[in-house]
Amino acid sequence: MHKVLVVEDSPAMRGLIASIVDDVGGTEVVEAINGFDALRRLPRHSFALIITDINMPDLNGLELLSFIRKGANTLNTPVLIVTSEGSEKDRDRGMALGANAYLIKPFAPEELAATVRRLLNKSA
Amino acid sequence: MSQDVLASPEFIAEAQEIVDALNRDLIAAEQASRTGEVEPDLVNTLFRSAHSLKGISGMFGQEPITKLAHSLEGVLDSMRLGKVRINAAALDVLFACVERFGVLIVQAAQGESHDAHVIEEMMGRLQRVARGEHDTSAPTDPLELVGLGPDILGVLTEYEEHRLRENVRKGRGLYLLRSSFDLSNFDLGLAEMDAVVKGLGEVITKLPSSKESEPGKISFDIIVGSDCSIEDLSRSISDDRIEISTIQQRGLVRPADSARSSSTPAAGQEDKESEEPGPAAVAPPEPELVEESKGELREGENPTSLRSVSQTVRVDIRRLDRLMNLVGELALTKVAFQRISDVMRREQGFTGMAVELHKESRNFERRLAELQAGIMEVRMVPLANLFERMVRVGRKMGRELGREVRIEVRGESTELDKLIVEDLADPLMHLIRNAIDHGIEPPEARRAAGKNSEGVVRLTAAAQGNHVLVEVSDDGKGIDVTRILETAVQRGVVTAERAPELNRRDVFNLLFLPGFSTRTEVSEYSGRGVGLDVVKTNIGQLSGVIDVDSAEGQGTSFMVTLPITLAIIPALVVQVSSATYAIPLNNVLETIALSHEDVRTIERREVIAVRGATVPLVDLREVFDLGEVQRPNTVFGVVAGVGQSRMALVVDELVGQQDIVIKSLGKRLQHVSGIAGATELGNQQTILVIDMMGLINELSIEDNRLAEGA
Repeated sequence: MHKVLVVEDSPAMRGLIASIVDDVGGTEVVEAINGFDALRRLPRHSFALIITDINMPDLNGLELLSFIRKGANTLNTPVLIVTSEGSEKDRDRGMALGANAYLIKPFAPEELAATVRRLLNKSA
Repeated sequence: MSQDVLASPEFIAEAQEIVDALNRDLIAAEQASRTGEVEPDLVNTLFRSAHSLKGISGMFGQEPITKLAHSLEGVLDSMRLGKVRINAAALDVLFACVERFGVLIVQAAQGESHDAHVIEEMMGRLQRVARGEHDTSAPTDPLELVGLGPDILGVLTEYEEHRLRENVRKGRGLYLLRSSFDLSNFDLGLAEMDAVVKGLGEVITKLPSSKESEPGKISFDIIVGSDCSIEDLSRSISDDRIEISTIQQRGLVRPADSARSSSTPAAGQEDKESEEPGPAAVAPPEPELVEESKGELREGENPTSLRSVSQTVRVDIRRLDRLMNLVGELALTKVAFQRISDVMRREQGFTGMAVELHKESRNFERRLAELQAGIMEVRMVPLANLFERMVRVGRKMGRELGREVRIEVRGESTELDKLIVEDLADPLMHLIRNAIDHGIEPPEARRAAGKNSEGVVRLTAAAQGNHVLVEVSDDGKGIDVTRILETAVQRGVVTAERAPELNRRDVFNLLFLPGFSTRTEVSEYSGRGVGLDVVKTNIGQLSGVIDVDSAEGQGTSFMVTLPITLAIIPALVVQVSSATYAIPLNNVLETIALSHEDVRTIERREVIAVRGATVPLVDLREVFDLGEVQRPNTVFGVVAGVGQSRMALVVDELVGQQDIVIKSLGKRLQHVSGIAGATELGNQQTILVIDMMGLINELSIEDNRLAEGA
């Protein structure tokens, strides 16, 4: 079972991402409702993949990503960032900080599923 | 996106919430712009709302809303990055746009088509606002002067970068605050710190980091822009757990109008400070923007209908609990009234006042019942969402376990208390997993047995009076009675001699014993160390009962019977010795009159025969140590069941039936077994509520001890 952390502050979007990841199979989704919540969950599990939104209140996805890349346990965990049209700069920063892939909202469910599959195979 | 998620209620509800927030924040922004500057936080919040709206509408296939939200986001982005001024004319356009969202959401909810032309016009207006104030002449980037490494600059979002730049431009000092918090409550610590810093300057970014040497701790680097000196800052914060240092700025040049920099920075001020009349202040309306009225609401498009799209209110369930408590207390008042009325009628006969009081108290009773039903209705949710999730999980599980499974759902509109539905997810998931993993055979085996290679797991729900029956059944291989017995003997759960005496039902009951699993190999799903005993416990905690039936080769079915609510429950009030107790009726199967000839003793335990079954007798006198008072000759047996277990409680008297609200005994007493809580009777008397589940568990533990001792 691959544990996948989904960090997203919109409940509808988070539910959607979780259900797509669920359907990929072999996955167990842990949901974090914002960046702080993610910080709390990180030490409790060993994640095979982290999917995070960038634009969130309090702790944005880039800050979370830099934290992930500093931790010994999460140093090599694949991270997929989800950004929106028009935030290319934030996306580029995310990639520079060590994100493994990005998706631009709105994305097709198959696109997310394929990316998740690819990233999970890499870490397996 | 596929069609089935179009305009889903979740989308409508969330989109509506976002639009409400946009409206609220726009009104705040308008007020602020009249008197001076608009808080950068507010503009950023507006931006984020537009951004979220774009995100979800995109994912839910609402193209017109997505397009419009994208345009709005663009304008707000320019505003928060200081490229566009916030003035009355611009705000007018934003208001019109938000109003348009309201109409679009109504249309999406009702499945109506939208007017593409109107949206194009609205987008045109937004784009003109976005272009209106644009200024391309960028001065040298002040960030180059700041002593921050790429490790920090690289983590800032574009907005945070802008805020940093603004602070530098205004000649504010930049400080690095470093503090360590407990991982369990760091958000509280940060919020406290935020509150202190807010009065002194602006928090630009928060960077979390942790050290391997300090597990359970998390530290934050917080970058703050402030007009205060580092000494002032240290004094104001006055917390020695917070390290404060200055971030060096080369060639710090204060702008000519630095006197203004003590005011809150505005989003609308960036490149043209000296030319602008006032940052983000009310500017004379631009004629181009004011003349336009296209994209406004037309006749027949009623903006008030926007209130009625999402006709739902989200309420904390604890508020409903409080209301239910009140109803419970009113029920006590009702009983008191009825008692007074009864006394009056007895003493005065059917005279004027007594009759009137009786009539009114009946009236009160009826209304109260309606009120209770009304609150119950609010707590009720259909099982559809839960079932949908189960179908999804089941399909996935089938795929991974190499089974061909079809999951059929029936009665998903059956309603249950929301709290029960939430707690039902885990046990139900386990039963489905069980059906697929242990019940449904691999396709080849099914074909060999002459069955369709695709197995069927049926998930049904049906209302039965005050209960709901949820059933998980499969058409798999059924439960292998011989194998269960073998395992049971092997594990020492039953002795080899006793094994043949067990009937089918007894054997099935073995499945619910702790640690019992006939599965030798561990699969991904069954290998979690969670057995049916946990399912039974979970269901028991919901005052439910689980039963199993199976026919070899034809399938297994688990039946879960649940009360529709736990908020207010009917209970049987009984008297034992001098004490009064309430027994939740959910667990009561029947009551019978007992004389001591009915009681037999088997293996040092008192039992009675109830409809052919042997049921152990439990005397509350012994359990609660009520003293050496002899059991009267004729008593009553309250036959109760939790899950597969049955027992009969000996009570002296059946007082009556009453709806009760169970109140907790508080933390110190919550582990007293056999007691679920306390409740109040009409005459201000507080009595204990018996926890049948706990009593039965205790009984079986004792049984095991007896068996071991024998």
